[in-house]
Amino acid sequence: MSSDTQDILQVEHLSHDYGEVKAVRDISFSVQKGTIFSFLGPNGAGKSTAINVLITLLPIQKGEVFVAGFNLRTQREQVRKSIGIVFQEITLDRDMTVRETLEFHGDLYALDNNLSSQRIQELLSLVELEDKASSYIKKLSGGMKRRLEIARGLMTRPKLLFLDEPTIGLDPQTRRKTWEYLRSVNAEGTTIFLTTHYMDEADEFSDQIAIIDHGKIIATGTPENLKNSLGEDILYLETSDNRAAEQILMRIPGVKEIKCTDRRMSLLSGTDGTHLLPHVISMLAGNNISVHSVNLKKPTLDDVFMHYTGKELRE
Amino acid sequence: MKIMKFGFFAVYKRDMRRFFRFKHQLLSSFLQPILWLGFFGLAMAGNFDRILGQNSNIPGVFEVSYLTFMCAGIIGATILFTNVYGGFFLLFDKNWGILREIMASPLPRRDLIIGIASAAVTKSWFQSLIILIFGLVLGVTFYAGMSPVRILFSIIGFLLFVAAFAVAFLCISLTIALKIDSPEGFQGISTLLTMPLFFLSNSLYPLEGLPPIMEAIALVNPLTHLITGIRYCTIGDHFSAIGMEVHYFPVDILISFIYLACFAGVMFFITLRTIEKAEIT
Repeated sequence: MSSDTQDILQVEHLSHDYGEVKAVRDISFSVQKGTIFSFLGPNGAGKSTAINVLITLLPIQKGEVFVAGFNLRTQREQVRKSIGIVFQEITLDRDMTVRETLEFHGDLYALDNNLSSQRIQELLSLVELEDKASSYIKKLSGGMKRRLEIARGLMTRPKLLFLDEPTIGLDPQTRRKTWEYLRSVNAEGTTIFLTTHYMDEADEFSDQIAIIDHGKIIATGTPENLKNSLGEDILYLETSDNRAAEQILMRIPGVKEIKCTDRRMSLLSGTDGTHLLPHVISMLAGNNISVHSVNLKKPTLDDVFMHYTGKELRE
Repeated sequence: MKIMKFGFFAVYKRDMRRFFRFKHQLLSSFLQPILWLGFFGLAMAGNFDRILGQNSNIPGVFEVSYLTFMCAGIIGATILFTNVYGGFFLLFDKNWGILREIMASPLPRRDLIIGIASAAVTKSWFQSLIILIFGLVLGVTFYAGMSPVRILFSIIGFLLFVAAFAVAFLCISLTIALKIDSPEGFQGISTLLTMPLFFLSNSLYPLEGLPPIMEAIALVNPLTHLITGIRYCTIGDHFSAIGMEVHYFPVDILISFIYLACFAGVMFFITLRTIEKAEIT
């Protein structure tokens, strides 16, 4: 049972099978209120199954899930009222107008008519579709459809918004714009549960990340923690005597490997490089070797993903 | 509680919007039965008159033209076709993801079906009334000798029969749409279903002329009961057509209606179970 009220989503030992195929195997994680949480995993890792269970499109087989304090097994209607969803594929009726699409969604959630039209106005201005209110969906561009779906997901002011690949197939400018909306929505208190193929997005926007593969969660943490946990920071150094520096630095515990040329040396740190760097500099200074330049390269989330799953995320 | 009250209306509103939005579809759904009545009806009526000559009328029994007899059948058949294909859009909603939006919303499944079914009933009423009016223009002698009050009751009865039948076959169509993924498959099954129902009924001819096995099947065919109800409400309880005497008793009509209503109830329940079990992902 939930003891920490700060968690908007609590997943405990969730498993889901399709007959013999175990799509999700005993995953547990929680999402804090007001944060952006990213769920990363290669195709077929169990991501979609897990999300479909969480958004009530699949029954819950094993485990316990609490969404906004409601039990997913027994309080499905309350769970449905608490969440908003932006599906991976476009799920719009081509023959309805923008306004009708939002109106219909409000009706499904039994929003009062006045409230509904007020929210439609607000959201259309948020996603900059005010002048498209009477346009048919089939006349909209891909980016506009996406923005409309985000607006739709927000119609009911959900406590938790699920975004399944919200920016897939969008051009970089539209992606950036989409993220501007999402950030402002998040800033107003909506918790965001995200899946994405874009590592840079996950890295830049998430507070917490869970990496799933073969139906299991194999790593969780902040983007920083995950990258640091690799312990493979790369230090680029230029010193007055690279060869001598190499001999000295080899003795520091935590240094995995040094590659050295006459011009510069790169040092692969076995631990968190940000903590190693001051030590490196003082050791060299103590041996009268001057440091001309330092560059610390953190591993990217791509490296992290690669490390844990052995795969690269492809689009 | 609001959801209980208005939930189905969301679905109803969208459905009706779509019904009036697609002008070509709307026009053809009205035109098709009218053309059938106009061409096939008039042609057959002419031929029956030629074959039967003047000896067809039974003394003392009110005789109606073939066109009048057939008009009720065409109304019934149109309601059948419309509703058997009525679930087609659900197939698209399913394949295009809109059903995911609906299924993930707090809208009860029951309200989803009630919404679609009530829209189907509305559409069926529109269609049947338009054919009826066109029939009257062509010379169909409905409501002959009935008082205005009797006509009013007849229209209410007529609409009730149409409603029960529409719900039943729309639910069958929805169930097919939920179980099948391809439009081709859906159309194949629908056609397979409608043809025998249409010909093994009293839509174009009285049952008395059918071979015994066909007649037995026709008697359990819901379309037969719908058309019986329509004829009772529009023509009366005792008349002759194409040389055959037709005599309806109120209890037969009541049984026909109960039969249709029960059938609609069972189909509604089956559809509800199907949609509750469906995993739309």
